Amino acid sequence: MTTQSQLISLPSRLPRLLNRLSKRLLNVTAPLLGIGVFLLLWSAAAANIETSLGSFPGPQAVFQQFGQLWQEHSDEQVREQAFYERQEERNAARLAEDPNYEVRIRDFNGRPTFISQIGTSLITVLSGFLLASAIAIPLGILIGLNQFVYMAANPIIQVLKPVSPLAWLPLVTIVVSAVYVSDDPMFEKSFVTSVITVTLCSLWPTLLNTAVGVASIESDFNNISRVLKLKSLTHVRKIVLPASVPMIFTGLRLSIGIAWMVLIAAEMLAQNPGLGKFVWDEFQNGSSESLSRILAAVLVIGLVGFLLDRAMLWLQKAASWDKSQVLR
Amino acid sequence: MEHTLLELSQVGIEFPTENGPFCAVQDINLKVKKGEFISLIGHSGCGKSTVLNMVAGLNRATRGGVVMHGKEVTEPGPERAVVFQNHSLLPWLTAYQNIELAVKTVFKSTMSKGEMKEWIHHNLNLVHMTHAADKRPSEISGGMKQRVGIARALAMKPEILLMDEPFGALDALTRAHLQDSVMEIQEQLNNTIIMITHDVDEAVLLSDRIVMMTNGPAATIGEILTVDLPRPRNRIAMAESTDYYQLRSQVLSFLYEKHSKIEPLKKERHKSNRPEAVVSEAS
Ligand SMILES: Nc1ncnc2c1ncn2[C@@H]1O[C@H](COP(=O)(O)OP(=O)(O)OP(=O)(O)O)[C@@H](O)[C@H]1O
Ligand SMILES: [Mg+2]
Repeated sequence: MTTQSQLISLPSRLPRLLNRLSKRLLNVTAPLLGIGVFLLLWSAAAANIETSLGSFPGPQAVFQQFGQLWQEHSDEQVREQAFYERQEERNAARLAEDPNYEVRIRDFNGRPTFISQIGTSLITVLSGFLLASAIAIPLGILIGLNQFVYMAANPIIQVLKPVSPLAWLPLVTIVVSAVYVSDDPMFEKSFVTSVITVTLCSLWPTLLNTAVGVASIESDFNNISRVLKLKSLTHVRKIVLPASVPMIFTGLRLSIGIAWMVLIAAEMLAQNPGLGKFVWDEFQNGSSESLSRILAAVLVIGLVGFLLDRAMLWLQKAASWDKSQVLR
Repeated sequence: MEHTLLELSQVGIEFPTENGPFCAVQDINLKVKKGEFISLIGHSGCGKSTVLNMVAGLNRATRGGVVMHGKEVTEPGPERAVVFQNHSLLPWLTAYQNIELAVKTVFKSTMSKGEMKEWIHHNLNLVHMTHAADKRPSEISGGMKQRVGIARALAMKPEILLMDEPFGALDALTRAHLQDSVMEIQEQLNNTIIMITHDVDEAVLLSDRIVMMTNGPAATIGEILTVDLPRPRNRIAMAESTDYYQLRSQVLSFLYEKHSKIEPLKKERHKSNRPEAVVSEAS
């Protein structure tokens, strides 16, 4: 029997090996090929589109634009450093003249660059997403645990869920200006508006998935909890929460995708600092370089969205106990 | 005479369904003595799990009552530990942590940390699972999971251990192995056990009494067979014992002559309702 299986396995293993090798090769070449074709189509199409701002930029122009955007950013940084050095020198000189002089440090008021706008958008989206999760997960657990709460909340959720960020934004802006008044605000108003808009739009997938995850916990797990007479809070912590981790993460991943899309739209519409505002400013600017700068922003927006999704996937894999769940 | 630990008197239950109330079981009368090993046997869907769940307190009897130590059972509790049909270990915890959750909950005021640790290891050792203490359920075999499930139930120091087809989903060799383990443990600890089974040999080998149920709906106890084979029992010695064969054929004749399942269509319905029934049927 052994010899027979060996006889079969030798020739049958070779094609399998080749198969695996070619699969791995395919994993590398297929995406590269896709990107190549895309770039070719883009160049070809770009050359044929004449706009009021000149010809549509191809990959090359956008690539060069990235260099320029980086250059602008470093220039701005040099200027900032120079500003503070000058200020320090001046203050030191005054202090030498008059020891009682009260030193005042003024902030550098530079133009936000492309790079700093990326940072702003990232911080905003993460804040909005964290706030959304902090609301959606506990609420989802409550809804999933209690049929009555579910029935009470369901109509409201179903109606609020599909509301576009563009509809929320004016409301949020006005309410924030009215309610969020303080002499020394911890956050900019525009930041608060963006964060709240992102939260309102992105909490729904997490909320619903958490609720479904909690409601569909295996009855055996609940029975164990009952036999052990676990207290409600322990029951949530030890059984409900871990059991619904896979569903919660499914929701979180959808949420962060929505959060990022909503944020860019909100920044454009409300002129709140961030990548969206960068795009809008360039659109208003209408110089010969605007198109390539916008395209650069579009690529970065896509890339950041992709990276956010990957980060969530990574977190999901790290937190998931269900190794049989296919994650991609 | 040993005293009665658990008493079921005139127990029945009706489930509310779309077509009106459905009487699953009725008129169940049974007294269980301390240290007794009872098997519940009957065709699929007759109501064995329902009876066990009423003893556990997971289902509430709508007629009659389950009384333990003179008090009516109204809710589940660790003194009536359950070993579920599909092991039902928490998949995000290791074998050790699964038992730990039970031990920490039940003995939080009576055991020190060190004692708990020792007790958990003691129970893992009892089912020969010390080597896999730090493995997750997904990393161990079905038989091993069932062992951990038994260890978890034993670790609660239950007064009565309820097992719902504990070995139903296992292959014959593993099942024999676990049956031996359970006999060994029961001999050591003198547990009171109620076990559901589909397997006639298992029932005869392990039990002091075999409770045979009639077919549902409105199922009840048909006959109770006392198994007075001497302990410790050895499955190989049993294979040659005429007493054993006599008992075995009594159970078989109850199941397949007096109460054979005649409604195949109905059986299909049960299967589709309760997927685990398919697994147990196959064994
Ligand atoms: N919650 C419920 N609601 C309605 N009917 C139920 C419910 N639980 C059980 N039943 C019905 O009660 C009957 C007995 O079910 P039970 O699960 O106790 O059978 P069983 O003997 O354990 O079967 P098996 O050997 O297949 O596990 C079945 O007809 C089932 O459909
Ligand atoms: Mg059952």
